[in-house]
Amino acid sequence: MTTTSPARRQKRDKLLTRRAARWLDARLGGAKYARTALGKVFPDHWSFLLGELALYAFVVLLATGVYLTFFFHPGNQIVTYHGSYAPLHGVQMSEAYRSAVELSFDVRAGLVMRQIHHWAALLFVASIVVHLMRIFFTGAFRRPREVNWMIGVLLLILAIFNGFAGYSLLDDQLSGTGLRIAYSITLSIPLAGTWLASLLFGGEFPGPDIIDRLYVIHILLLPAVIALLIGIHLFLVVRHKHTQFGGMGRTEENVVGEAVWPSFAFKSLGLMMLVAAVLAALGGLAQINPIWLYGPFDPAEVSSASQPDWYMGWLDGSLRLFPPLEIRAFGFEVPAPFFPGALLAGITFGLLFAWPSLEALFTGDRRVHHLLDRPRDRPVRTSLGVATLSFYTVLTLAASNDVIATTFGLSVNAVLLTFRALVIVLPPIAALVTYRLCNELQARDIAGGYVPPDRPRVRWELLRFWRWRAMRRASRAPSTAG
Amino acid sequence: MIRPRLLRLVMLVPLVAAGLYLVTGTSTARGAEHGDTGRGRELYLTGCSSCHGIHGKGVEANGEQRGPSLEHAGPAITNYMLTTGRMPLANSEDRPVRKDPAYDTEQIRDLIAYVSTLGEGPAIPDVDITTGDLAAGGELYRANCQPCHSASGAGGALSYGRAAPQLSKATPTQIGSAIRTGPGQMPVFGPDTLSSHEVDSIARYVKYLEHPDDRGGVSLGRLGPIPEGFLIWVLGVGLLIVICTWIGGRTRNRREVEPQP
Ligand code: HEC
Ligand code: HEC
Repeated sequence: MTTTSPARRQKRDKLLTRRAARWLDARLGGAKYARTALGKVFPDHWSFLLGELALYAFVVLLATGVYLTFFFHPGNQIVTYHGSYAPLHGVQMSEAYRSAVELSFDVRAGLVMRQIHHWAALLFVASIVVHLMRIFFTGAFRRPREVNWMIGVLLLILAIFNGFAGYSLLDDQLSGTGLRIAYSITLSIPLAGTWLASLLFGGEFPGPDIIDRLYVIHILLLPAVIALLIGIHLFLVVRHKHTQFGGMGRTEENVVGEAVWPSFAFKSLGLMMLVAAVLAALGGLAQINPIWLYGPFDPAEVSSASQPDWYMGWLDGSLRLFPPLEIRAFGFEVPAPFFPGALLAGITFGLLFAWPSLEALFTGDRRVHHLLDRPRDRPVRTSLGVATLSFYTVLTLAASNDVIATTFGLSVNAVLLTFRALVIVLPPIAALVTYRLCNELQARDIAGGYVPPDRPRVRWELLRFWRWRAMRRASRAPSTAG
Repeated sequence: MIRPRLLRLVMLVPLVAAGLYLVTGTSTARGAEHGDTGRGRELYLTGCSSCHGIHGKGVEANGEQRGPSLEHAGPAITNYMLTTGRMPLANSEDRPVRKDPAYDTEQIRDLIAYVSTLGEGPAIPDVDITTGDLAAGGELYRANCQPCHSASGAGGALSYGRAAPQLSKATPTQIGSAIRTGPGQMPVFGPDTLSSHEVDSIARYVKYLEHPDDRGGVSLGRLGPIPEGFLIWVLGVGLLIVICTWIGGRTRNRREVEPQP
């Protein structure tokens, strides 16, 4: 410092980072955009961070996943195990399974990476679901954000599918059982099923190509698509500006919050560190998917207590609850897994995609909204949401009917019947209770002097679809008259 | 050159002996030889005859069976039932479950000796887990036992309130006895299905499952994805939501206002 001349000192900044930024800006000219991006205002509410949990779980997934690809070999050639896990010595297994066991026992940090990766996958889907709940219950999907809602739903589907593909790669007994169920669901789709199944599996189950195909899908195709969609998702958030709750000077015309730089950026970075820390702790301290106990996949064997990862539980549960029903019509046969499997998944995601349009149709509210709803101020939406959640929660719990039965010393059949009753009875009860609760809370607000915003009337008459034509005619007539 | 052949010959001896043993007599088995049938009969009359009948032919009352006939029971199943504390049942509607044995070793030996006089049945198998092959046992276990007892030996549900129990408390002899006699809903695996060496191997693997090489932290009951899913929602999502409220709740920072486009 003492040796630099005064002239030089004037030009050069002391901060290395600032010097680097100047250097880059002089050559690339990005400072203008960076400044507007960093100057953006982000409203502050804890629930706005839920989506970021998903984002950072994805970052952890990418980081650990890259490490795993260095050591994992997919492949279905039969090989003999000679690694350090004695109880499998000399056992014949697929190459995929062998490399997964070697990854767990003979690769430095292999097991902890595998476990962090798996926990991160569970967290990724879970935080997407929690984020989706926040968006749903606050009405953040309304115009102009419908497209971003759909991208979010797409991300949920891809996350679930990629998780399933991921744990199926290891070719152990448990994941093989899951693949077999996936195969029979695919096969049950009318007309296209057989063709789809052989496209994916490369022939009859277990299929020679499935592991190779899943590998490319899991490590390349889906991560790339997910990363791209996350990019668009975030771009649209910036583009639309973030929604905010009303009150304290916040209106439809402004955004009140803190600037991205420095306050929000550091909060977000801190959150990333904490997500990574929680996942690392789980990966290091809690065992997940001990495949060496499950053994290599053999299509002739099955273990009791075979459950999928939690995010597939609702599908497994509905397969367990739905009565075996086969339909033969017009020379086609619709096998039993179609209704609780393929059809339920189709309806679930179809309704999710359509929700913004459905709600706009039923409320007639197509205005632009930047202020969020408080869940209690929209009791119909809130109670429908809670009912739906209770439906899928029951289905998910039903996937563990056998374990619940043994743990609590009950009969599996009794547990099954209870779940069948619950899946029908619980959602309406949950809806009614929620509706009452919303009205109660709102009444209390009004008593406290708070005026709730207008709530649009729900046009329940639209449910009478056989009268649509008459209604359309009726609505057209006066509008032409004036 | 000679040694392997010699070894094979030596290994053949117990096999031949075991074969002869199985063919010649099943009821004059170990345990039966040592026990005192007289004392066994006394214990039997006080503890067992109310359900199994004085002559071991079973008891039927009001069209309901209180206990099955023991004429095909034999030492192995009796040993299994008594050493796992399943017998005597308190109530004939109860399901036999593992408890602390009601009798001491001496009394059990006497009871086995007495029940063996009632009829014939498989002998108590001689299980030596040190000669078992762990990896082969694992394969046999996964092929034959895992459908009911689960991959980790944690047990599993069968239909109508029945369950395959957890295996972690079973001794090698109990494992062998269960395999050979098929108690309850469990199938019988005779010597033509599983050789006695294979039984040794399975028993070794089952004992191994009691304390498996458990890398990766706390084992979460080895119940698979259910506790894992539970943990990610409670500890993962739950904790992170608390963290979010902690990070995101700080509205006291300087606020800025920006117009909506
Ligand atoms: C309360 C009635 C009851 C009493 C007392 C009782 N048992 Fe049993 N026992 C049963 C029933 C019921 C079964 C069938 C269990 C099952 O469902 O597997 C059975 C099964 C058995 C079996 C297996 C039979 C087979 O071939 O599968 C043996 C051996 C046996 N008991 C021995 C005894 C002995 C020895 C005693 C006395 C110490 C005894 N039991 C006391 C009711 C009883
Ligand atoms: C069809 C399902 C089924 C299969 C297959 C099966 N078991 Fe069992 N097992 C049972 C049931 C049911 C019981 C409980 C029997 C009773 O009521 O006493 C049992 C009991 C046992 C016990 C006693 C556990 C204890 O400590 O209380 C052992 C040990 C055992 N089995 C080992 C095995 C082994 C080893 C195999 C494979 C060779 C096997 N089982 C295969 C259903 C099964």
